[in-house]
Amino acid sequence: MTHDERTPAPGCTVRLNGEPHELPDGTTVAVLVATTLASPRGTAVVVDDEVVPRSRWSQVTLRDGQRVELITAVQGG
Amino acid sequence: MSVPDDDPFVIAGTKLSSRLILGTGGTPSMAVLDEALRASGTALCTVAMRRVSPGTDGSIIDVIDRRGVRVLPNTAGCRTAREAVRTAEVAREALETDWVKLEVIADERTLLPDPIELLDAAQTLAGRGFTVLPYTNDDPVLARRLQQAGCAAVMPLGAPIGTGLGIGNPHNIELIVSEAHVPVILDAGIGTASDAALAMELGCDGVLLASAVTRAQDPARMAAAMAMAVTAGRLARLAGRIPRRHHARASSPTEGMAVL
Repeated sequence: MTHDERTPAPGCTVRLNGEPHELPDGTTVAVLVATTLASPRGTAVVVDDEVVPRSRWSQVTLRDGQRVELITAVQGG
Repeated sequence: MSVPDDDPFVIAGTKLSSRLILGTGGTPSMAVLDEALRASGTALCTVAMRRVSPGTDGSIIDVIDRRGVRVLPNTAGCRTAREAVRTAEVAREALETDWVKLEVIADERTLLPDPIELLDAAQTLAGRGFTVLPYTNDDPVLARRLQQAGCAAVMPLGAPIGTGLGIGNPHNIELIVSEAHVPVILDAGIGTASDAALAMELGCDGVLLASAVTRAQDPARMAAAMAMAVTAGRLARLAGRIPRRHHARASSPTEGMAVL
């Protein structure tokens, strides 16, 4: 079976803040942030334990099975 | 009311307009927090780093920005140096600041700092260019080691977090102050205004508190009280208190008494 004969996968599943989350193939960190948050201010993105710098959000494409953490500031001591 | 101009409060080369640092945990709403920030006159306030949760009560960063207050992310909840270092790195990326209130706690019951992990994290973060403000025990030797590790301040506790028990060991706080070459900030244990004033009278450079304000019946009013207490305590420290005496000493003249 060649690659072209396979049923195209509808997308991939990442674990977003601990929960399964479906994404279209090729989704970048920048797109995920834009579609998840009202504003990206004050937010950091960690993919598989690596902090992704804001400047690279549009270059990093998410892959099936990755763990993605969206972290922001909240009230605290 | 303001602290005299000849007495600036400087952390890592940055001048702050208030010696009161406000923790933001514990207020029932952003509106109450906003009022407390205003009333406190603070120039620096802490935040925690957590997963984004949908439908929260607006962004705390917007509230803090509107008040023109600098943000100090903490590593609250971390139990190991590794966790604390990672949290600091996430905070630096999220908030674009290399300042961090370093907290590494030993257990949930006491929330006391774990000195071994704390020093380890402090050394790592200072080495990576962070401005490290460690929440520490009231241990003068540990405070010395944290300064040697490159911390920009030391922040000894008065009593465990959230207890409002005041300053349990004023002698140790004085000892830390007497040896420090970085600012000493009394962090945790403050219950009411007189505790904050005492911290400053003991020679602390600042006070960091959260619960005493955010969980007071009237947070904004308590925030104003704390601002005055910190200023009063600082002025009293600079003014030089009279020595304590065992016996009375008249303040009215003893000469020239009329015979009546």
